Amino acid sequence: MKRDPDIALLLDEFSRGRVAAAARLITIVENGGDRAEAVMDGVFPMTRGAYRIGFTGPPGAGKSTLVFRMSRILRGEGKRIGVIAVDPTSPFSGGALLGDRIRMQSLSEDPEIFVRSLASRGSLGGISSCTDEVADLLDAFGKDLVLIETVGVGQSELEIAEKAHTVVVILVPESGDGVQAMKAGLMEIGDVFVMNKADHRDAVGAARELEETLRLKDVPEEGWRPPVVLASATRETGIDEVRERIEEHRRHLEERGLLAEKRRRVLYSRVRGAFMDRVERRVWEHESVRSVIERGMEDVYGGRLSPYRLVRELERLVAGGLQM
Amino acid sequence: MGKTIRVLIGKPGLDGHDRGAKVVANALRDAGMEVIYTGLHQTPEMIAEAAVQEDVDVVGLSILSGAHMTMFPRILELLREKGAGHIKVFGGGIIPAEDAERLEAAGVARLFGPGTDTRDIVDFIRKNFAQSA
Repeated sequence: MKRDPDIALLLDEFSRGRVAAAARLITIVENGGDRAEAVMDGVFPMTRGAYRIGFTGPPGAGKSTLVFRMSRILRGEGKRIGVIAVDPTSPFSGGALLGDRIRMQSLSEDPEIFVRSLASRGSLGGISSCTDEVADLLDAFGKDLVLIETVGVGQSELEIAEKAHTVVVILVPESGDGVQAMKAGLMEIGDVFVMNKADHRDAVGAARELEETLRLKDVPEEGWRPPVVLASATRETGIDEVRERIEEHRRHLEERGLLAEKRRRVLYSRVRGAFMDRVERRVWEHESVRSVIERGMEDVYGGRLSPYRLVRELERLVAGGLQM
Repeated sequence: MGKTIRVLIGKPGLDGHDRGAKVVANALRDAGMEVIYTGLHQTPEMIAEAAVQEDVDVVGLSILSGAHMTMFPRILELLREKGAGHIKVFGGGIIPAEDAERLEAAGVARLFGPGTDTRDIVDFIRKNFAQSA
């Protein structure tokens, strides 16, 4: 691929720590296509294995506030922080209101914290489809930790589990029976659970209930049993403990070689995903494939040909080799 | 994939009236833009740094406190310092005509007064963005 002079210049500024260049590269990656790939070709070799922590939970649980408090604690430890905050794109207008910064205001004053708001742009997994790439960029930009905040999730937006090394699930006592309903999905991906709004009168009971449910979980010997932390993100209680539990989980993964394994698994599935997208597009748009489809579809529409017979014909065509 | 227009809507300074800012943020969202809303009581430094990190195309500031002659020039200056002088800045609020003239001469792209139709703001951003893209 020919090197885009614009991108080469940006990468150069990026490697010298220019925030504006990093921000522009993220935009290019978000917009996808060949330019995004050219950026990633330059950025990926610069990554240094920043640890990725996901924060997920239902809307209004306190994700942004907790990420904000956590960032401050981590800054106090001297860590450099990248934050990715995802909010939903409207399926009707394509627009998005990204409001996570409201709760992270004073972070803007610290140059070692880079906060980027991403719209989900049609992705249904609770994060943006370019979350991995933006995390790579922040990693390559010198951040030690990347905190990823998902959209407010329900039962099925669980993609964060594949992106983060430690997943923090934030729940609130008010969820009540709602917590029950969410158990199937969220309960399976959390490495650390936070029962936020600890000052609520039902908080202790809700935390205990959550612990009991987690105890039923089948965990192998020496496996990680997710702890529950009572916290109040606005009153700043319990946040240190959340930090400690995250660190314990990280050590747990590292000591058993599980972190390296997880990184490899993620990269493998990224290659697979990107390759499949590309193959799909090229095959689907291929001239020979188009002509077989167009001819065959008439017979399918007319009820004379089974859709699967047509698919097998296409498969034979592809297996026989397409002139690409 | 086409380029999506990104806008930062911020309220610098001490006044706490953010209804206008929210109405504009919603209108721009409904027009298909990605709107980063930063909330109340922002310093010029916070707004400029957020605009740079978010790589927005346009910044909209709502000022009802009378501090517009300090806030707008300071934010323009900070954006230039941070290598983001290409970001266009527009504003809204209670701004006397002669101040508006001076601010526009100093580099503020456009000032919208009370009673502005949100569609005019959408059109303004689309048109300006087409020029800078």
